[in-house]
Amino acid sequence: MLDASPPPLVQVDGLKMYFPIYTGLLRRHTGNVKAVDGVSFAINAGETLGLVGESGCGKSTVGRAILRLYEPTAGRVVIDGSDVAHLPPEALRQKRPTMQMVFQDPQASLNPRMTLAGIISEPLDEHTDWTAERKIERVHELMDQVGLNRRFINRYPHEFSGGQRQRIGIARALALNPKFIVCDEPIAALDVSIQAQVVNLLEDLQDRLGLTYLFISHDLSMVRHLANRVAVMYLGRIAELSPSADLYARPLHPYAEALLSAVNEPDPVIAARRKRIILKGDVPSPANPPQGCNFCTRCPKVMDICRTVKPDLVEVEPGRMVACHLYTNPDVAGPTGASEAKERNQQGVTQ
Amino acid sequence: MAEGPVPVLEVKGLRTVFRTRGGEIHAVNDVSFHLNRGELLGVVGESGSGKSVTMMSLIKLLPMPPAELRGGEVLLNGQDLLKTTPEELRAVRGAKVGFVFQDPMTSLNPVFTVGSQIMEPLREHMGMTKDQAAARAVELLELVGIPDARKRLKSYPHQFSGGMRQRVMIAIALACNPDVLIADEPTTALDVTIQAQILELVKELRQKLGMAIIWITHDLGVIAGIADRVMVMYGGQVVEQAPVGELFANPQHPYTRALLQTIPKISGAREARLKVIEGQPPILNAPLTACPFRARCEYRHDACDRENPARRAVDGRQIGYGHDVACHWRAPASQEVAHA
Repeated sequence: MLDASPPPLVQVDGLKMYFPIYTGLLRRHTGNVKAVDGVSFAINAGETLGLVGESGCGKSTVGRAILRLYEPTAGRVVIDGSDVAHLPPEALRQKRPTMQMVFQDPQASLNPRMTLAGIISEPLDEHTDWTAERKIERVHELMDQVGLNRRFINRYPHEFSGGQRQRIGIARALALNPKFIVCDEPIAALDVSIQAQVVNLLEDLQDRLGLTYLFISHDLSMVRHLANRVAVMYLGRIAELSPSADLYARPLHPYAEALLSAVNEPDPVIAARRKRIILKGDVPSPANPPQGCNFCTRCPKVMDICRTVKPDLVEVEPGRMVACHLYTNPDVAGPTGASEAKERNQQGVTQ
Repeated sequence: MAEGPVPVLEVKGLRTVFRTRGGEIHAVNDVSFHLNRGELLGVVGESGSGKSVTMMSLIKLLPMPPAELRGGEVLLNGQDLLKTTPEELRAVRGAKVGFVFQDPMTSLNPVFTVGSQIMEPLREHMGMTKDQAAARAVELLELVGIPDARKRLKSYPHQFSGGMRQRVMIAIALACNPDVLIADEPTTALDVTIQAQILELVKELRQKLGMAIIWITHDLGVIAGIADRVMVMYGGQVVEQAPVGELFANPQHPYTRALLQTIPKISGAREARLKVIEGQPPILNAPLTACPFRARCEYRHDACDRENPARRAVDGRQIGYGHDVACHWRAPASQEVAHA
């Protein structure tokens, strides 16, 4: 979908991440949890790609696998010109400064025994041969950037609130001037009034430093606010990848439609008017995904073909990629916008 | 929602303090509210605002010490729960007041079957025999939409998904037909599509059973869709209270107003930049002598430092029944000129 424009900063092709299951007395390899099962997308420089989905859909695994915090089972991950998924260890280590991560839980991702100076300058210890003074200078600079008072430099993580801790995590990620940052649910653990502070900080930093984000979240309204394009994941695969405005105005994939209809709008007038699509049952296990489309067990618009053939992610409108037979199967007259799926609330069968 | 109906539950001047080695924490400060029959009262606030502690104080679910109830009345159908003996209170918990906790993963006992956990309150409070209780348990599981109920009685909690476990928790809370159901962030740990299932279930159950519900949450989106009336808490006290439409259309307290602006919307125009409530929530280590929100408030003036504002009616109706707010500042929407 890109012509002569500069190549995307991040290009992911056919990424697979399987976790093996060992069972029995001999711990035989009996199956795989297919956490990520063939995911492809690209992120342009300076762009924010939102990655949304429910717990267990593999969105965090994607984030970790493309930074090679896991060894991907298959696929290519080209970040800024080199295939991170296949770099030898030393080359990978030298590549690390360009790609960083902000973690979900600021409590667990900061070492309680290290001071703020130690935490933020640890990447500098590893990747630079700067003098101690120069490092402290850089730490001060970073603290200014994320809005932490310089006086706090010798304090420990427990002396900070959740929002401030997340700022420390962001400062650490910025220490080596990365180009690309994976934000894995950076606001999920924060109170509503603090979330906006961190989101605004991320936006400011992007403007100032030209950062590229992969923003992983289950908060659909926050993703709408932040992201240029959004990928909706379901059970290890991308269901829809669309520009943010298009997706929220008119989701194409039935799962994206259901997911968006389930979001609670903080407005009683809208809440009373809108019709929710209530999906039956739970997400199937990624160790044993359904044959055919992963969503076929819960899809309100399921067809026969969905139960046998996995749909590919194809471009159905300019810039909009959807993995659904409704849009690629010529037998179907064309999807109807209105959803007839006003299902009564009822629990399906879990396995 | 007039003054007419007799409230099932009436709370007056509740105060809860935690005594810790580092001093006292004033978690609940003079909280008063009521709950009408069949009504759903939403309680909103961020962590530490005192919303959970208030509700747990009602039926003394807090460990005492360190918690201490410093005063107030909790009238459930006229009976003051704070003056009951432990045996009397036992008869209330689970039977007249049901409680659904936030985390369905940890609030069920992993070593007992789901069936035995649903039957426990039935046998304890209703004096049912094992068979009667089992029959009722099947009924309850069907009511909350769990298929194959008779077979699932013998399952253990780990065999259920998160959404199903929350349904089981709701079944347990409903077992003895309580007058009041208190739900403490019941959907927070769940995914949006599962959350939507539970919200639909609660709406359906309300129509069928007509019980009164207190719904604690920090998610204004959930409140907008489900509540009749909303109470906003901050710093251990009620800062604003109004019917749901009124609160969202005409918020009076600066905290409520800011809160509504910090959350991005899912429809409509995309906001350029989110409004931020600067600063941190207060630490409640002393009785409040000034407005707890003043440090973060954009309308702060002298009076805010001098005295903690009392709740005042916005629409001229009795406090707690119409729209009331605890703030010195007056929103400019009314004819009065904003002073300061």
